[in-house]
Amino acid sequence: MARTPTKLALIFVRDCTILLGGARGRGGAVLPLLFFLAVAMLYPFGVGPDAKLLARTGAGVIWVAALLAAILPLDRLVEPDLEAGFFDQWALRGLSEEAVMLVRIVAHWLCFGVPLMLATPIAAGLLAIDGHALIVLELGLLAGTPGLAAIGVTIAALTAGLRAGAALGGLLLIPLAVPLLIFGAGSLQAGGENGLLLLAAASLVAVAVAPFAAGAAIRAARD
Amino acid sequence: MQPCRLVADDLACRRGDRVLLRGVGFALDAGDALHLAGPNGIGKSSLMRILAGLARACAGTVTATGTVGLMDEHLPLDGHRPLDAALAFWRRIDGGVAPIADFGLDDLADVPVRYLSTGQRKRAALACLSASGAGIWLLDEPLNGLDTHWTGVAHAAIEAHRARGGIAVVASHQPLALAGLGVLPLLPHVPAGAGD
Repeated sequence: MARTPTKLALIFVRDCTILLGGARGRGGAVLPLLFFLAVAMLYPFGVGPDAKLLARTGAGVIWVAALLAAILPLDRLVEPDLEAGFFDQWALRGLSEEAVMLVRIVAHWLCFGVPLMLATPIAAGLLAIDGHALIVLELGLLAGTPGLAAIGVTIAALTAGLRAGAALGGLLLIPLAVPLLIFGAGSLQAGGENGLLLLAAASLVAVAVAPFAAGAAIRAARD
Repeated sequence: MQPCRLVADDLACRRGDRVLLRGVGFALDAGDALHLAGPNGIGKSSLMRILAGLARACAGTVTATGTVGLMDEHLPLDGHRPLDAALAFWRRIDGGVAPIADFGLDDLADVPVRYLSTGQRKRAALACLSASGAGIWLLDEPLNGLDTHWTGVAHAAIEAHRARGGIAVVASHQPLALAGLGVLPLLPHVPAGAGD
């Protein structure tokens, strides 16, 4: 039998393939990305082409779009594997739920957070955001998206198996992600760079707590 | 294979507030097989999950020496992947144990898992278990959907597993043709006033 780190590495590769590839007919990493870009594209149509207004409000819109885009993949993060019995089989092979969920959080961040950061320069172009603000925005997303991914996986684990899980997941994510939004958008105001530190702290708390909360949720779903 | 032993002592299991079974006990050593027999809904699957350590018994203890493999109604394979690639995931995790029997899946290697029929899914699940290298096999209704030929192959796989010093616990409402099979009827363990 392979050793535990090897097993976790294999699971990580599988998680990435599945989260990236859009298997199971539920759209992969592309769907949240398109949603994110669509918001950046539609916003100027909504408020008009005033570059000053766009530049002042655009970064906040990007944060809201990132938060809402995080809702889209929730229903396929945990539930399909719970239904297929993957978590049972991993448990039988001596892998703790916490380790498996940590792996999933990292995989989800790679397939969700990183594409979002790569798309942000395009969104920034559409919203007339200048170079300095873009750098702060990217740093904010770098600090904030791991927390967003961790919260997303936790909620997906908590709502897996519930009939209205997807809708409930969206509602649960919003309040939990508000601190990230406040610090993230706040860091973009003049002299608000310290917000990045608070953002990173809030994100770190989420990442630290999430594997345990999600692991407990998987175990609770068994009874 | 490391020596296997599975002991259940005075187990009780319940679903919700209803006690399904109580006082279930047995001891199995290497090479033993046990048939948990009983009609639908009696709690065979719940008992299997307790034996696997995935669910808590509301009373009693399970002591398992050796690795446990469970095959139940789930098929832990990615539906969109070709069968061969999906099985390869578990093969790599289990460290490439030589499968104990051939379930005739070679012809289906390129077929995505979600297109498999009921019987083919059961064979894939058996293949997963038989390549897992687990010493204690817990099989929950392993013969559902299998035709006569593959039922025979499944029996042969269980026998081969026992010959290598493994333990097999089979929950089934069907009769099993295994040599020296212990049968544990679950009906006497249904508490009075409960059951259906």
